[in-house]
Amino acid sequence: MQSWTDPPGERWIDEAAGPLVRPYALTGGRARPRGEPLDIVAILIGSGRPVPGHVRLTREQQRLLALCRRPYTVADLASELDLPLGVVVVLVDELLEQGLIEVARPAAPAARPDPRLLRRVIDELRAL
Amino acid sequence: MSFARSDDGPRIALKILVAGGFGVGKTTLVGSVSEIRPLRTEEFLTDASVGVDDTRGVEAKTTTTVAMDFGRITMRDGVVLYLFGTPGQDRFWFMWNELARGALGAVVLADTRRLTASFASIDYFEQRDIPFVVAVNCFEGAHRYSLEEIRDALDVDPQVPVVTCDARDRESAKHVLISLIEHAVQHSVPAPG
Repeated sequence: MQSWTDPPGERWIDEAAGPLVRPYALTGGRARPRGEPLDIVAILIGSGRPVPGHVRLTREQQRLLALCRRPYTVADLASELDLPLGVVVVLVDELLEQGLIEVARPAAPAARPDPRLLRRVIDELRAL
Repeated sequence: MSFARSDDGPRIALKILVAGGFGVGKTTLVGSVSEIRPLRTEEFLTDASVGVDDTRGVEAKTTTTVAMDFGRITMRDGVVLYLFGTPGQDRFWFMWNELARGALGAVVLADTRRLTASFASIDYFEQRDIPFVVAVNCFEGAHRYSLEEIRDALDVDPQVPVVTCDARDRESAKHVLISLIEHAVQHSVPAPG
């Protein structure tokens, strides 16, 4: 039986169609993340810890971990890996549980953002 | 080994939503002001679409993926402004809550020929106390109404900015974002007392 950890019944019709793998095939059958929902612009960073011997990462998780050597938002990871957002959220959630990545900044500074920051953003937009 | 690159990844991520009816120019606006990036999300086939897509014989919940408008404006010191176009069709409402959480604010793009298409977005942001501006995309051939007429028709609060724009024009799109952030600054100042 083929294991989902090395799944590559992946076939490509063409570039636009993408890989013919159901999203849940990439997430080991999980459709929903277990933990608190991650914001689409939460910033993630690799923890630098070695992958524990018993943990087998999927190819997508390995790529994700490699990107997270520098800070990455969830949305940027999905874009860069060309995976649907929901799939990335589930993969990230597992890496968080395993302590391989960390949330550097959970979400956009929401309800009351720092007005000084916003004024700076306005100035930079004007100068664009 | 040297890593002398300016892009060290985001340090502060700010999220702005671009909402509005189908075909109102969301993709155009995001593209004219930001660096667009490919982004896909799952589309859950619900009752609304099951009649359209043939899902006979498929027992598990079926998902397919759709493209989303997504753009980035990278600023100094790791500040990155992220723009997300909110999917217009009703079957994407479930995504709005996820997108709206923690958003700095929203642009509601409107077309004077179909103002009613903006009502749902306006209600959504009003109810959640998310600062928003209404940007009327001036399509060629569409009758020009005064901003007051449009404000009356949309019935938005007096403090909500209503501006006109040309979504294709970078300066105009920048002006829309600046109006929104200025409004968000006002919004972030706690009311006295």
